[in-house]
Amino acid sequence: MIVQKNERVLVQGITGKQGAFWTERMQAYGTKIMGGVNPRKAGTTVCDVPVYASAVEAAQDGGFEIAAMFIPPMLAKAAALDAIEAGAKGIVCLTEHIPVQDVMYFLAAAREAGTWVIGPNTTGVVTAGESFVGFMPVFNERVFCPGNIGIISRSGSLGTLVCMKMVEAGFGTSTFIGIGGDPIIGSTTRDALEALDADERTKGVVLIGEIGGEMEEDAAEYAAKMDKPIVSFIAGAASPPGKRMGHAGAIVMGDRGTYQSKRKALEAAGVLVLDTPSAVGDAMREAMS
Amino acid sequence: MNFEEHAAKPLLAAAGIAVPESELVQTPAAAAAAAKRIGPCVVKAQVPTGKRGKAGGIKIAATPSEAEDAATQILGMDIAGNTVEQVLVEAQADIAAEYYACVLTDAASKGPLILFSTEGGMDIEEVADADPDKIVHLPIDIRKGVDLSAVESALSGLGLGARAASVAAVMEKLYSVYVGNDADLVEINPLIATGDGSIVALDCKFSLEDSGANRRAELVAQGAPEKLTELETRGRDLGLRYIELDGDVGVLANGAGLTMTTMDVIRHYGGEPSNFLEIGGEAYTLGKPALELVLSNPKVKCLLVNFCGAFARTDVMTEGIVNAWMELKPTLPVFFTIHGTNEEEAVALVRDRLGMEPYDLMDDAVKAAVAAAKEASL
Repeated sequence: MIVQKNERVLVQGITGKQGAFWTERMQAYGTKIMGGVNPRKAGTTVCDVPVYASAVEAAQDGGFEIAAMFIPPMLAKAAALDAIEAGAKGIVCLTEHIPVQDVMYFLAAAREAGTWVIGPNTTGVVTAGESFVGFMPVFNERVFCPGNIGIISRSGSLGTLVCMKMVEAGFGTSTFIGIGGDPIIGSTTRDALEALDADERTKGVVLIGEIGGEMEEDAAEYAAKMDKPIVSFIAGAASPPGKRMGHAGAIVMGDRGTYQSKRKALEAAGVLVLDTPSAVGDAMREAMS
Repeated sequence: MNFEEHAAKPLLAAAGIAVPESELVQTPAAAAAAAKRIGPCVVKAQVPTGKRGKAGGIKIAATPSEAEDAATQILGMDIAGNTVEQVLVEAQADIAAEYYACVLTDAASKGPLILFSTEGGMDIEEVADADPDKIVHLPIDIRKGVDLSAVESALSGLGLGARAASVAAVMEKLYSVYVGNDADLVEINPLIATGDGSIVALDCKFSLEDSGANRRAELVAQGAPEKLTELETRGRDLGLRYIELDGDVGVLANGAGLTMTTMDVIRHYGGEPSNFLEIGGEAYTLGKPALELVLSNPKVKCLLVNFCGAFARTDVMTEGIVNAWMELKPTLPVFFTIHGTNEEEAVALVRDRLGMEPYDLMDDAVKAAVAAAKEASL
């Protein structure tokens, strides 16, 4: 799920306000946008690229590897199935509030077709200095400068803070993977960790988790086998159980999804878990030495 | 959104799952009248929470006068913070066997999961801990739906005997309730076999998935509204996700992750947050109502503003708060820490218009806020 600079991106929903705004920024950063999709505006041009009626049509006309979804929630399932049918290698789904049963449906189709999915409800993925898909402040040099630290986050705002802290400490980012704040997502914390482990540019990983679900516990199993140092912060230690903390996935149900369970699992795997994200740079420097 | 039993059972009935005859009532007299019509019954508290039986919210009544007495005892009772305002008067059933049946959204398999156990009537978490082998797990591909023969074979080792086929048929119907109503959980505990071999749902828990609810307006009207405090209700009406907490450090931040983190760091340095409130995303223009809301909590002793802007511009968010602050003129101390897009402009706004200096380090702002809250409490 690390987007390479030669990979072509199709923007589903390119004619919308968000779609057009972020397409321009992706283009300016160097992302190869090959076209967009809007069935009602097929044949026109937006952001200097053609608008297609469907992803399948875009695939027949030049082709693409990655579909970026800026699609309203109730239309997201159909758009994802279109991208999968078109043979997308990966989908970055930025949409929030997609019915979970729709998400499960297109994730099942994606799994069968071998298409990876980031999101839903992600802020996107950044390969620093090369390419980005989504909405992250990639042009802000205090947030993103190319380097060798991979960052995984369920949250955009906290991910941004950690990126800044790493730059402040003299580090740069290899790849930022925003996996999304929903309860059911395509690529999990563990999937992202495996991708960064396999990535040659990445020498260390910051894993930003939050309460809810069991993804951090699952990732800890893999973390235990990794040689690259991992530093982690888990948000939600002070959050009350049974309440959804802004993200649909950030909720403690009974004794599942708790801060303590995640911290314990990661620490048992040799991961340094911090009490405050401000110390992340120093912690990484120590972990790498 | 959770549904009380009386709202959940009609969804089962609509899918062809048998439920006992029942009537929803609000007074003891109405309970007696219902019992007269229905016969020997069970009087059940209607609250959107489990463990009603353990709390004394379910009573058996053989006669109308016993039903009246039961309703008198149950109505007004507090069960896990919910006041009982309605009871369901339901016909007693002839129970030959009790099962547990459930379809839920499973994060591990990223799909629907059918659960079934012959240990019905018990807390399923307890069964899972004590005897995990007694629970059948059957993951479903939501694109294909339930294959009846797969359900039958999954249940085959449980010794259901002559009832196996009818139980499997109920599971198929239960799945249709789940998938047809954007549920994230639909659970029957207990599902019973009667002496004459019928399969009947004696209880039902139904939970509507939040995003799916946006296309199920007719269902939302039947669910139990989330229990909110007065301030939380105000927040919801403003389009803000506000959660009231017990501490005294007011929190205003952007983004779910950063807001949770702000609360965590406050606790780490010995303080307690008074709220969760994020004004990220499209809410970033709601500075004034957000500030009013946080300050309306009488417990608040000081305010911590923590912005880290990615595509949400920190100068826009800060300007909203600074304007609101100048208009409302609160007397309590405020501490800013601002990072990210247009941070220089945001810092200048705070400096020039409020005459104060934002903290470079979030931790320093938090420490100052915690100290101020402690001082104000002396």
